[in-house]
Amino acid sequence: MTESVTIAKDTAEKSVSTENRVVIRFAGDSGDGMQLTGTEFTRAAALAGNDISTFPDFPAEIRAPAGTIGGVSGFQLHFASEAIYTPGDTPDVLVAMNPAALKKNIADLRKGGVVIANSSAFTANNLKKVKYEENPLDDDSLDDYRVVPIDMTAQVERALKDSGLSTKEMGRCKNFYALGLMYWMYNRDKARQEEWIRQKFAKKPAIADANIKAFNAGYNFGITTELIGETYEVAPVKMAPGRYRNIMGNQATVLGFVAAAQQSGLPLFYGSYPITPASDVLHGLAKHKDFGVTTFQAEDEIAAMAATVGAAYGGSLAITGTSGPGLALKGEALGLGAMMELPMVVLNVQRGGPSTGLPTKTEQSDLLQALYGRNGDSSLPVLAAASPGDCFHAAFEACRVAVKYMTPVILLTDGYVANGAEPWKIPDASALPAIDVKFGTDPNDYMPYRRDEETLARQWVVPGTPGMQHRVGGLEKDALTGDVSYDPQNHQDMTDNRRLKTEGIANDFPATTVEGDEDADLLMISWGGTYGSMKVGVLRAREQGMKVAHLHLRWINPLPKDTIDVLKRYKHHVCCELNNGQLTQVLRAHSLVDIQSYTKVEGKPLLVQEIVDLAQKYVG
Amino acid sequence: MLDFPITTFDAEKPLTKKDFASASEVRWCPGCGDYAILATLQRFLPELKVPRENLVMVSGIGCAARFPYYMETYGMHTVHGRAPAVATGLKVMRPELEVWVISGDGDSLSIGGNHTLHAIRRNVNIKIMLFNNEIYGLTKGQYSPASEKGKITKSSPFGSIDEPVNPAAFALGSGSAFFARTVDVNPKHMMDVFRRAHAHQGACYIEILQNCVVFNDGAHEAASNKKTRAQNTIELQHGEPMLFDNGNKGIGFDANTRRPIILDLEKDPSLKEQVVVHDEKDETGSHAWMLAHMTLPEFPVPVGVFKAIESPAYDAELVDTTKSLTSKTKKDLQAIFEAGDVWDVD
Repeated sequence: MTESVTIAKDTAEKSVSTENRVVIRFAGDSGDGMQLTGTEFTRAAALAGNDISTFPDFPAEIRAPAGTIGGVSGFQLHFASEAIYTPGDTPDVLVAMNPAALKKNIADLRKGGVVIANSSAFTANNLKKVKYEENPLDDDSLDDYRVVPIDMTAQVERALKDSGLSTKEMGRCKNFYALGLMYWMYNRDKARQEEWIRQKFAKKPAIADANIKAFNAGYNFGITTELIGETYEVAPVKMAPGRYRNIMGNQATVLGFVAAAQQSGLPLFYGSYPITPASDVLHGLAKHKDFGVTTFQAEDEIAAMAATVGAAYGGSLAITGTSGPGLALKGEALGLGAMMELPMVVLNVQRGGPSTGLPTKTEQSDLLQALYGRNGDSSLPVLAAASPGDCFHAAFEACRVAVKYMTPVILLTDGYVANGAEPWKIPDASALPAIDVKFGTDPNDYMPYRRDEETLARQWVVPGTPGMQHRVGGLEKDALTGDVSYDPQNHQDMTDNRRLKTEGIANDFPATTVEGDEDADLLMISWGGTYGSMKVGVLRAREQGMKVAHLHLRWINPLPKDTIDVLKRYKHHVCCELNNGQLTQVLRAHSLVDIQSYTKVEGKPLLVQEIVDLAQKYVG
Repeated sequence: MLDFPITTFDAEKPLTKKDFASASEVRWCPGCGDYAILATLQRFLPELKVPRENLVMVSGIGCAARFPYYMETYGMHTVHGRAPAVATGLKVMRPELEVWVISGDGDSLSIGGNHTLHAIRRNVNIKIMLFNNEIYGLTKGQYSPASEKGKITKSSPFGSIDEPVNPAAFALGSGSAFFARTVDVNPKHMMDVFRRAHAHQGACYIEILQNCVVFNDGAHEAASNKKTRAQNTIELQHGEPMLFDNGNKGIGFDANTRRPIILDLEKDPSLKEQVVVHDEKDETGSHAWMLAHMTLPEFPVPVGVFKAIESPAYDAELVDTTKSLTSKTKKDLQAIFEAGDVWDVD
């Protein structure tokens, strides 16, 4: 196979075919710029009107040894001219920048898929590092796929030979070469990308130029090479009219919190300690000082939680964010917040556990910790976001409930939705609901723990309010005065009050909706970030003639009041989750229905095919 | 944006000590040093002319931590060791409130050591009182990080093998811009120290030598006893020579050994010229460091304000930044929703 750049080919010879959906996986060394390439190609797809869903997959280490499997950083993009909900089970195209990227990812590529390999990286040394005996680009091991080997290093060096850049600097432009090739393959608008490069590297014009040259070299290679005979068009999807942007879950969470602060009129306090994959929420909020947002990087997770309790006592919308290990640390101080019955939100962006676990891999194994992770009978409201865009709504809802019921609320997202992207229909800020907040100001017959009849919430009385001085803390307190009390009946009453208050949150919930076949025997159940995979899995199963219904829960505590009724409508139940069966346990205890458990704890999202196969087992 | 209530003091209705006592029955052991501290603070607060509703007492866990319940102010009885962090969250969002933290040696220096360090380092304008009785009282008598080595207690029946932490040195090492020490049996001195702390803009760490009559009675006897106080303590006054024992002795400094020395002025009055002048504002920190390491029996225990240097308070800076940004660059919510590339579908 020759790589030709000198022979000019008539581009009209290349055919253009239409695709409804394409899945591309970019993979290379951590330092190869695959995240940037992936993100940029995603942007191009979104701006061209495709529906998109992404799945970045990077190692925990900042820069693992070059050329090793552990150092491979990947980015998967699914783009389509129809509505999609997952980043795709299997890629159609694998862009592999080195042998490690190929070895790690080739098994996932669909038969007949395209491998675009940077052949310059397939040196004897690099092959040895990942235990390739032969060069897979030369032998027949990749015969099931269409392989396009490109000496990207040589191509880029040729394009940049008069740039004055060093070999190392030129090497860093390889990712733009790969991006350019993708732009050509999928008929995307070059000019917008070139403009972006110019802006991003505005302070280093020599680099900007080099990147643009590399980008065009990749694009032009596509035009002239014999290796790829066709390009593809993926038409815009028919989305509901409106204004859209791409959004990642952590970004949406930030906007949800800021919006809730605005709608409540409260200043926002975000106390946090950096932890993967939640740190971007701290970074994002830190930029919004002009919305009355104060971010506080505490000395540790416990201080972050404690400061959040202090800020709530003072009358702020107080929020802290973390991941699994941090939630474990926050337990005692969070229990204090529950006992003091103050509004606050605890965000847990879940990751692989237990202990340090897999910091950059997704999981949903903190459900039981969220429900029970404090001493005593201290169950707290818990809800979970279903997708990147849903993080906005879940964050807003968490704040609404916290303030209305004077309680901490735990919001669960996960690495997959936090870092994944999808198009987001931008809400109309002026149409957002108000969050009513009323501080108590009437000192007459003020009882710190007297409860509202409907919500069972006590009044929010903040320091500075005259005549209403009171002392509260972690000790059990009198049901009315809030004074320390060890009275036996009082402790029972307070325990009941706390439980009833949480249960009462469900009074606000709309009736539960179940997707899929009304007359199905099988109900598949899910929660949190698995929504997309489940939705499409059930859809595909139904396309194949199976009758399946799908229940996706947002609120886990309290569960919607009609949950048991809904469950009892079906003969078979299977709950799918990325943990050892935590929601299954909760639902079985709640309903006494014999719900089966399907679990996957690999640090990877659920595949659509898994759900179809699972439905097949029950419905056949 | 919701307005927080903040009242101003009504000069027509001055407050008294009684106004600061809550209705709660005080439950410390009879003879506990905490009674004296409580009474002194209640006597002191009217002087500030700060409305009671603008004061917040924040405590952790311990006997000392029961303090907020006995004060007719706002109060938070939080969890062990975490009071400085809770107070920081409160103070940065409500900087106009006056926040006092009450802590014991276990709460502040054991489990709470980290939060103490950072509250001091950040210079949050909160007043942290350390009730140092060198023992764990509430849990009935285990040794604390401030207890002397070799102390025999329930959890150290053969004598503890821990070297104690030096609270003054710890505070200074954390970057304290205000450190003071006082004694529970000297109400007038305590009030002077409280007065100074109130006036200081920034984190204050106040060590109060306090007596636990049940589990560690007499730990500070030498410094407390009226008969021996003059010989065993030295009252610091900024700009004044460091004299004690009714002027008969003074503290000098040997530049060769870099250590303080006792000067016997009764024997040789001419030594008075060599007495070190107390300097609260020594920016190098070496003067306060020297004071922190003066311990009995070799040296009298220094009491008073060791160090008081004005430097920007964390909460003030944070609030200034937030406030100035809010007024200058007011954007609307829709604008941040639409940040980055947007596209319209018709």
